[in-house]
Amino acid sequence: MGDYRGLNVRRDRGGCCPPTDLMRSEAMQLVRIIVPVESAHLTLSYLGDLGLFQFKDVCRIFNAFLVQFPVVLWFPSVRCRIMNDPISDCLSDSVGLNADKSPFQRTYANQIKRCGEMARKLRLFKEQMAKAGISHSEMVMTQTRIDFDEMEIKLGELEAELIEVNSNNEKLQRSYNELLEYMLVLKKAGEFFYSAQSSATAQQREIEARQIGDGSLDSPLLLEQEMLTDPSKQVKLGFVSGLVPKEKAMAFERILFRATRGNMYLRQAAVDDPVIDPISGEKIAKNVFVVFYSGERAKTKILKICEAFGANRYPFTDDIGKQMQMISEVSGKITELKTTIDLGMLHRDNILKNISHQFEQWNNLVRTEKAIYHTLNMLSLDVTKKCLVAEGWSPVFATSQIQDALQRATYDSNSQVGSIFQVLHTKESPPTYFQTNKFTSAFQEIVDAYGIAKYQEANPGVYTIITFPFLFAVMFGDWGHGMCLLLATLLLIFREKKLSSQVSSHLF
Amino acid sequence: MYGFEALTFNIHGGYLEAIVRGHRSGLLTAADYNNLCQCETLDDVKMHLSATEYGPYLQNEPSPLHTTTIVEKCTLKLVDEYKHMLCQATEPLSTFLEYITYGYMIDNVVLIVTGTLHERDVQELLEKCHPLGMFDSIATLAVAQNMRELYRLVLVDTPLAPYFSECITSEDLDDMNIEIMRNTLYKAYLEDFYNFCQKLGGATAEIMSDLLAFEADRRAVNITINSIGTELTRDDRRKLYSNFGLLYPYGHEELALCEDIDQVRGAMEKYPPYQSIFAKISYGESQMLDKAFYEEEVKRLCLAFEQQFHYAVFFAYMRLREQEIRNLMWISECVAQNQKSRIHDSVVFIF
Repeated sequence: MGDYRGLNVRRDRGGCCPPTDLMRSEAMQLVRIIVPVESAHLTLSYLGDLGLFQFKDVCRIFNAFLVQFPVVLWFPSVRCRIMNDPISDCLSDSVGLNADKSPFQRTYANQIKRCGEMARKLRLFKEQMAKAGISHSEMVMTQTRIDFDEMEIKLGELEAELIEVNSNNEKLQRSYNELLEYMLVLKKAGEFFYSAQSSATAQQREIEARQIGDGSLDSPLLLEQEMLTDPSKQVKLGFVSGLVPKEKAMAFERILFRATRGNMYLRQAAVDDPVIDPISGEKIAKNVFVVFYSGERAKTKILKICEAFGANRYPFTDDIGKQMQMISEVSGKITELKTTIDLGMLHRDNILKNISHQFEQWNNLVRTEKAIYHTLNMLSLDVTKKCLVAEGWSPVFATSQIQDALQRATYDSNSQVGSIFQVLHTKESPPTYFQTNKFTSAFQEIVDAYGIAKYQEANPGVYTIITFPFLFAVMFGDWGHGMCLLLATLLLIFREKKLSSQVSSHLF
Repeated sequence: MYGFEALTFNIHGGYLEAIVRGHRSGLLTAADYNNLCQCETLDDVKMHLSATEYGPYLQNEPSPLHTTTIVEKCTLKLVDEYKHMLCQATEPLSTFLEYITYGYMIDNVVLIVTGTLHERDVQELLEKCHPLGMFDSIATLAVAQNMRELYRLVLVDTPLAPYFSECITSEDLDDMNIEIMRNTLYKAYLEDFYNFCQKLGGATAEIMSDLLAFEADRRAVNITINSIGTELTRDDRRKLYSNFGLLYPYGHEELALCEDIDQVRGAMEKYPPYQSIFAKISYGESQMLDKAFYEEEVKRLCLAFEQQFHYAVFFAYMRLREQEIRNLMWISECVAQNQKSRIHDSVVFIF
């Protein structure tokens, strides 16, 4: 192993420095791979799994509008890295790799659109699951390869079903909320009339008592005028009852006053708990109101104003007997609807649970496919030979692994022609690649944040392994603080396996 | 004191100025517009926009897109940014930001009143209103029958109340009166805004008076051109012109007498900044006038960003974003109707 690498080193670098793992970049080589079209997809998938190949754009000429910088899409191990880059799929779209084609005329643009559609559906599912409070299990490691087209169809079906169930539920929920509100109106408005009635009878009794008390001559004349309620002269007051949101209650009252020039009487009573509004679906504090008015024009104005303020109106009768009847009817309807709604929610939760089992896997698959198609777009199609040409950088030690992957892809895709792996010689300077493990990768990332070392430049990452914890410790002046940190990190290290399966990968 | 804003502006306004400059750098560039103009379908438009700052707003729209959806989501982004800035602002910046929305309020009021006149449903009209110009009791406008009621019932609580003093009449509302009402309100609004900026002083006053003067002059020209051939008398026309701006007062005298476009051109060519606008359009043509005015406006708005420590950047940003939404609407319409050749007729590049 060491000899092999040593040989390489002497060939490439003139043999001055001994080989070191982390101190310098691995030796890189420019490679051209020619794949037949039918095995292209699989090839890229296996190469992506390997994570040791960096694809390069094939055409030299850049369309001036489409490109701001020469881009190379690093196509590392798909399973973990793809999670972290939300935007690169969009950006790579705008890179003018095939100079004669604009991004949406590229060969695989349709496939990318399909992936985008599926990603949108998956996002919708995630939202719905979050709303229903169902969490999806992370990192399901099933090995069954799901067919892409099948998945697309399935996602479409599920989406249609979910939308239908949701709209049905919404309708039912709306009627349910309306009935609840109606119930409140019946109760509270009933109280108005009842209290008004009782105060009217109380007043009546007072007047009678006074009448019996005075026996004087002139008083009967006045009293007659008071007591005679001539039905023909009495003005018939109409009324409108309903619910209005509490915040708008003041403005509502004011505008009613202005519109009818003060010729109306409004009674409001607050409802104790917030009520779910049928239209918006949120909990709002509301007031029950009853408006008394006279005349047709006033009625139309009041109705329009109620509509404008989103105040829901409900019919109400004076008759006490009928009120009781309405209350019992409405209660019956409410219980019925509740059971129906519960069934509906159960059905929806079942659908969502089914989705949640496979959600993570589908998500991964869609993102993988999208990345593969983006990369496929970067290869140039050699039309006469029906094959795709890819150029890229790879570390020298990975040659055998890459060739292995290519062979497997050829075999799995049942293609007649194998892929060709060809090393090119070039004067360009290769990108840098450090081989890191779990421990050193953290320090390497910190150093990379300041700037990635050039090819074969000395890597400061090695020294950071020592200096970084030291400087960090110097920052924390006291021992107690340090002990707490130590305990917390020990906890994290020992629970690593357990925690990594529970929590989503982006947190750690 | 003018010249020393650098000492004190950042205490209250520094964060928001930084935010607004950040937003401004997210405006679509000429490269983006070129990409968009080459799109074949609305899905391509959505794909391109998802790489810009509009991405999060458009990504969850299902596939058969409409142009109205695109415009709605883009406006939503503008509204979100505005609200964020408004809730972080202190006086006098918060009053300044609110002044910017009064124009939209006036448009919404006129929209609802006109719609009610033509017997449309209130909820439908409410959906078409611009979100920045909404206020609480806006839906009650549908109840009013004439202008006095309109004022007494609804508008007296809104910030538009002081602009109404000139136009309360008991006449019934019809199309012509509504237009006159709109222009009278807008004139009062511009004058009020102008006075407010003068009170603020410093760089804000200087830059805003230039921008508002251009706006006033542009409206004067539009009023003149639109009222040629209608029954609007010359005196009425003169009453609708604002009393500040480059054209005040002599230009207004001439404009009031104009009866066709060439006379308008003659009147405007005496003012060098407007002469360059009219030089771009050949004789007898008025469709390109709108685009020429937009281009000039965009040029001035971009210049507002060259100076620091003043509030005009907020106004300029809102206007530039509006222009961008107009561009996007035009592009989406052309793409949806397959008339790609006309796409460059009305797109104004900002950079």
